[in-house]
Amino acid sequence: MSMTHRPAPASLPPADDATSLLPQKGARSRPLFDPPIVKRALRESFVKLRPRSLMKNPVMFVCEVVSALVTVLLFRDLFRHARGIGFEFQIALWLWFTVLFANFAEAMAEARGKAQADTLRKTKTETQARRVVEGDRIELVASSRLRAGDVVLVEAGEVIPGDGEVMDGIASVDESVITGESAPVIRESGGDRSAVTGGTRILSDQIRIRISSNPGESFLDRMIALVEGAQRQKTPNEIALNILIAGLTIIFLLAVVTLQPYSAYAVIAAQAGHIPTVAVLVSLLVCLIPTTIGGLLSAIGIAGMDRVMQHNVLAMSGKAVEASGDVTTLLLDKTGTITLGNRQAVEFLPVEDVSAAELADAAQLSSLADETPEGRSIVVLAKNQYGLRGREIPQHEAEFIAFSAYTRMSGVDWRARKLRKGATEAIANFVREQGGEAPPRLMELSDRISRHGGTPLAVADGRRVLGVVHLKDIVKGGMRQRLEQLRAMGIRSVMITGDNPLTAAAIANEAGVDDFLAQATPKDKLEYIKNEQRLGRLVAMTGDGTNDAPALAQADVGVAMNTGTMAAKEAGNMVDLDSNPTKLLEVVAIGKQLLITRGALTTFSIANDIAKYFAIIPAMFAATYPALGALNIMRLHSPASAVLAAVIFNALIIIALVPLALRGVRYKPQSAATLLRRNLLLFGLGGILVPFPGIWLIDRILGLLHLA
Amino acid sequence: MSSSGILYFVVFCLALLAATRPLGAYMANVYEGKRTFLYPVLGWLERLVYRLAAVRQDTEQRWTQYAASILAFSLVSFLFVYLLQRLQAWLPLNPMRFGTAHAPANATQVTPPLAFNTAISFMTNTNWQNYGGEQTLGYFVQMAALTVQNFVSAAAGIAVAIAMIRGFARKQVNTIGNFWVDLTRGTVYIMLPLSLIFALFLCWQGVPQTLRPDVHATTLEGRAQIIAVGPVASQEAIKMDGTNGGGFFNANSAHPFENPTPLSNFAELFSILVLSAALCYTFGRMVGDTRQGWALLAAMAILMAVFFFVGYAAEQRGNPNLARLGIATRHSALQPGGNMEGKEVRFGIAASALWAGATTDASNGSVNSMLDSYTPLGGLVPLFNMQTDEVVFGGVGSGLYGILIYAILGVFIAGLMVGRTPEYLGKKIEKKEVKMAMIAVLVTAVIILVFPALSLELPFHAHGYWNPPGPITANFNNAGPHGFSELLYLFTSQSENNGSAFAGINGNTPWLNFAGGLCMLIGRFLFIIPALAIAGSLAAKKRVPATSGTLPTHGGLFVGLLIGTIVIVAALTFFPADSLGPIVEHFLMRQGRLF
Repeated sequence: MSMTHRPAPASLPPADDATSLLPQKGARSRPLFDPPIVKRALRESFVKLRPRSLMKNPVMFVCEVVSALVTVLLFRDLFRHARGIGFEFQIALWLWFTVLFANFAEAMAEARGKAQADTLRKTKTETQARRVVEGDRIELVASSRLRAGDVVLVEAGEVIPGDGEVMDGIASVDESVITGESAPVIRESGGDRSAVTGGTRILSDQIRIRISSNPGESFLDRMIALVEGAQRQKTPNEIALNILIAGLTIIFLLAVVTLQPYSAYAVIAAQAGHIPTVAVLVSLLVCLIPTTIGGLLSAIGIAGMDRVMQHNVLAMSGKAVEASGDVTTLLLDKTGTITLGNRQAVEFLPVEDVSAAELADAAQLSSLADETPEGRSIVVLAKNQYGLRGREIPQHEAEFIAFSAYTRMSGVDWRARKLRKGATEAIANFVREQGGEAPPRLMELSDRISRHGGTPLAVADGRRVLGVVHLKDIVKGGMRQRLEQLRAMGIRSVMITGDNPLTAAAIANEAGVDDFLAQATPKDKLEYIKNEQRLGRLVAMTGDGTNDAPALAQADVGVAMNTGTMAAKEAGNMVDLDSNPTKLLEVVAIGKQLLITRGALTTFSIANDIAKYFAIIPAMFAATYPALGALNIMRLHSPASAVLAAVIFNALIIIALVPLALRGVRYKPQSAATLLRRNLLLFGLGGILVPFPGIWLIDRILGLLHLA
Repeated sequence: MSSSGILYFVVFCLALLAATRPLGAYMANVYEGKRTFLYPVLGWLERLVYRLAAVRQDTEQRWTQYAASILAFSLVSFLFVYLLQRLQAWLPLNPMRFGTAHAPANATQVTPPLAFNTAISFMTNTNWQNYGGEQTLGYFVQMAALTVQNFVSAAAGIAVAIAMIRGFARKQVNTIGNFWVDLTRGTVYIMLPLSLIFALFLCWQGVPQTLRPDVHATTLEGRAQIIAVGPVASQEAIKMDGTNGGGFFNANSAHPFENPTPLSNFAELFSILVLSAALCYTFGRMVGDTRQGWALLAAMAILMAVFFFVGYAAEQRGNPNLARLGIATRHSALQPGGNMEGKEVRFGIAASALWAGATTDASNGSVNSMLDSYTPLGGLVPLFNMQTDEVVFGGVGSGLYGILIYAILGVFIAGLMVGRTPEYLGKKIEKKEVKMAMIAVLVTAVIILVFPALSLELPFHAHGYWNPPGPITANFNNAGPHGFSELLYLFTSQSENNGSAFAGINGNTPWLNFAGGLCMLIGRFLFIIPALAIAGSLAAKKRVPATSGTLPTHGGLFVGLLIGTIVIVAALTFFPADSLGPIVEHFLMRQGRLF
C-alpha cells in the first residue's frame, strides 16, 4: 500500500495514443477490494451505526430507526412467545444488513482515502530546521514551529521543513513523496519554479527558503486532510440530491404510515384478515425509500475525489471535481498541451546561390553547442537529410556565442568563420554589421514560414546570408481526435499562446481548436475567462506562473502545475502533481463520471420501487383481499417470503452496486442525447426490470431453504 | 370501444391542436404587453382598472412581492365570497329567497363551515361544492361571488404560470413581472372575451340566461314541478374556460340547462383544455424556442390519450357480471353497450369517459356523468389523473407551472446522467429549485394521504358537531373498497384544486367542510409559492448556452423522461392507497363481488 511502491506516474498515457478521454487507469490505482482496506471498512461499518453519524444521511437514519423498532418488537414477541418470530427475526436481520451495507460502502471509500493519508503522514517527519535570524545568524528549531515568513537554510540530503519559496540558490529536489515521480526536479529562486514543498528532500546544492505556511496548514497537511476526507463537505449537487431523496423518504414514510388506518378500514370492510404487522409495514417502507442511492451517495463523492487523486491531481474540494464536469470552455496552453513542448526543425530553405547542404552544414555547426531542443533538432535534421554527422569542435578552438534576449541570436566563431542563427531581423542586422547585405529572398522565406505557423530561423556565415531553417510546432498526435471528442461533449477548446496571430491561427487550424488567444498576456487571459463566464460558460484552465494566478482564481476550474509557483497553486482549486497540462481533459472526464454515477444510481434506485410494490402489496393484504393476488405477477410462493425477498433484494442491491459506486459508471465522450438514451435505458428501464427476476430468485431460494 | 368513440377523441384532439398555436401566440403577446387586436376594444378597461386600483403598469415585482400580492388578493376574495354567502338573505336578486324563512323546503342552509368551504373552493379555483347550487344560492351570490371568482382565480393561475415562464426567459434579474398587471390582462384580454363569445354560443344551444325565479310547471301526470333557471350561460362559459368546474346546478354539466346538446358538450369539453394547451405554446414563444412548448404539449397529449383509452375501454367493457346474467353489454347499432349507469343518453360512453378524463386532466372538475357509477378502472382514471398533480394540461396556469415543476425534477434526476449539473432551458437546476419543487410535490401528496387517514381515525360521534352522521364511514353511500374510493377521491379532488365529485359521500359536515377547505388552501398556495420561488431563483440565474453537451429538452427522449417522472412519482406515492380502493374493487368485480 505504500505510495513509494507504485509504478512511476510517468506512465500516464502520452497524448500520442490517447484517443480516448476515458479516465485512464491511474498510477495510484489500487485493487477495489484490497484485504486490509476491506477489513478496516468492515470495522467502520459498525462504528458508523452511531445515530449521531447516521443522522447526516436521512434515508439511512430512517432505516436505522425502523430497524431498531423491529428489533425491540422482536424481543417483546420473544417474551410473549408470539407466532411468526422466525419471520420477524429475519426481517430485523436484513434491515440491519441494509444499514450496514450502506455504511460499508461509505467506509470502503473512506478507507481507501485513509490508507493514502497514512502513507503521506509517514513522510511528515519532524525535522530540525535551520532558521535564519537577524542577518545571518542561524538557530535550530523544530520544523513544526516554523511560521509563515521565516527563512530557513536547507542543504543537500536534508528534508525541506515546510512549504515555501526559494529565495536564493538552485537545487535539485526529490519530490517523490508528493508526486511519486522519482526523477529529481530543479528548484531555483525567481521565475516559475521557485516553490518547494515541505517533506521533499534536497539532493544537491543549498538553498534559502522563505516559509509560506503556518503549522498545520502546509500543502502536505492539506493533502492528508483531503484524502482522509476530514474536510469533506457535501458538494452543491450532492446537497440538492440529498433534498430530493429526503423528500421522497417523507412521501414514502407517509404512504406507509397512512396505510395502517386504510387497512384497518379494509379489514373491517372485508371482515377478513388483519392489519399488517409493524414488521411488514417497515419492510415496505425500507424497500420504498431510496436506500440504494441514499446508501451510496457519499461513497460516490469520496470515490470521485479518490479517482482524481489516482491521476495525481489534488482537488482542493469536491466542489471543484463536480464543477469540472460542467466545464464548457477549456483554455489549453499551446506549448506542452496542444503541441509538443518544443519547436523542431523541419526544413532548410536556402537563399539564391546557396545549396541546401551548405545551409544545413552551417546551421548544424552553429547549433553544436546549442542544448535547446530546437538546436538539437537542427543537428538531427541535418544528419537525417544530408548525412552530416554531428562533429566535435574542441572547446579551445572555437568561441560559442550563447543566445541572449538582447542579441536574439546564437552561434559560433570558428576558424575565422562567424556562424550565426537567430531571428530574421537580428541576422539581417548582423550581416549589415559585417558589411554584407541581406537578400530580399530572406524576407520572402521568413514570411512564408510565418504564414504557415512556423518560426523562421535565419542562418548567416559572416557577411553572407545562407538561408532559413523552418522551425515548426508539432501538434501532439491524437490531439485532433481528442478535441473533436470535446466538441462532441459540448466543450469548446481555446488555445492560449504567446505567438503572433498568424502563427497561432495556423496551429489552431492544424490542431482543430475552436478558438485561440494569440499574444496572450495574463490580462488577456483573465478578460477572456470573464467574458466566457458572462456568456454563462464554465471555464477550466491550467497555469503555473505567478502571473497566471488571477486567471486561475477566476476560472471555475483552475489546475495549477506542481512545478509552478506557490501563488499559482494557491489560486487554483486543483494541483496536478505531475505538472502535465493535458491532465485537464482527464479531470473533466472524472467530473462528468461522478455526476453520471449519481444520476444513474438515483434513477436505478427509484425505478426499483415498482417491482417491490408488486411483491409486497398483494402479500400485505393476502388475507384481507385475496383478490389482490392478481398483482402478484412474480408468483411469489407465500406472503412472508414475498416481503422477505423484497427486503433481501433491497439490501443486496446496495452491496452489489458498491463497485459501481467506487469505480464510477463507464463513461465515453458522447453527445448528451446519446449518453442520456444509453443511461436511461440501462439504469431507468434496467432499474424497473432487474428487481423482478431478482426478487423471484430470492423467493425461490427462501422456499428451498424453508426460510419462509 | 366503438369507432365513433375513437373518432370523437381524434376530432377532439385535432380541434385542440388547431387552437393551440393562435391562442398561445395571442396570450404571449398579451402578457408581454404587446398591443393585440383587442387592444382598441378593451384597452380602456385595462387602463381603467389600473387607475382605480392605483397599479403602476411598469413596476416589476420580486417573487416574494408577487407571492404576497396573490395571497393578499386571495384573502380579500375569500372574505368577499364568505360574506356574500352569509348575507344573501339581505342581498338583491334572490327570487327564491334563500337564507330566509321563505326559502323552498328543500333548500340547503349556508352554515359557516359550508360558507368557509365554498369561499375557499372558489377562491382557489377548485370549485368543490358541498351544496347544490340551485337549492342554496341566490343569483346575486352566484354572479357576484362565484362567477367573479371563476374569472379572477383562473387569471391568477395563469399569472403564476407566466411568472414562472419569465423565470426561464429572463436572465440575471430579480423581478418576475407584476401580479396586478398579469391578473388584469388575463381577465380583460383572455377570460372576458372568450367567455362572452362562449356564453352567447351556449345561449344559442339552449342554456338559460335570466334573472327570473324558478319556473313552476305541471307535468303530464298532473304533478307540480319546479324547474330551476337563472343566469346560467354566463357562469357556465367561464366555468369551462377557467377550469373552474363549479356548476350552477347540482348536476353540473349533466344537467340539460348547463349542457343541452351534443354540440354544447363538445364545445364545453374543448374549452376545458384549450387554454391549458395553448399555454404550452405561450411558454415556448416566451422562452424563445417553441419546440420546448410542443414537447410539454406532447407529453400531456400522450398521457391524456393513454388515460382516456384505459377509462373508455373499462367503461365500454362494462360490468362482466351483467354479461354473465345474459344481458347484452356489447356495443351495437341499437345500443351503446358497456356501462351506461350514471351516464346521459345524449352523450354516450365515449363523450362521458372523455369528459371524466379531461376534467381531471385539467383542474376543471365539472362532470357530465356520475363518476360514482363508473366501473372501478373507469373511476381510477380520474382519480389517478388528479394524483399526477394535474399536470396533464392541468388547470389554466396551474397545469403549466405544475408540469414545469415535474420537468425540473425529471431533468434533475436524469440530467445528471449526461455528466453535467442538470439544466433546463439554460438554467442550472440547483439546491433551491430542487427544494422548492420537492415541497410542491410533497405537500399535496401528504395532504391527500393524511386527511383520509385522519378522517378514518378520528372518533366522530353520531349527532356530534363535527360529523353528525357518526364515524366517517357513515357518510359513505357504498361499502367496501368503493366507500374508501369515495373518501380518497373527496380529499384528492380538493387537495389538487380539481373540484370534481366522485359523489356517493356526504361532504357537507363541519369536519369535511373544514378539512376540505384546509386541503384546498394548502394544495393551492403551497404549490404556488414554491413555483414562484423557483421563478425568482431562475430569473436571477445566467442562461448557459446550449451545446451538444446539454441535455436536449425538446425531443422524444425528453417527452418520455417527463412522462416517466410524472407517472412514476404519482404511482409510487399513491399505489398503496389506490390498491385498497379502485384496484382491489376491480379484481373483486371480476370475481363477482360488487359494492
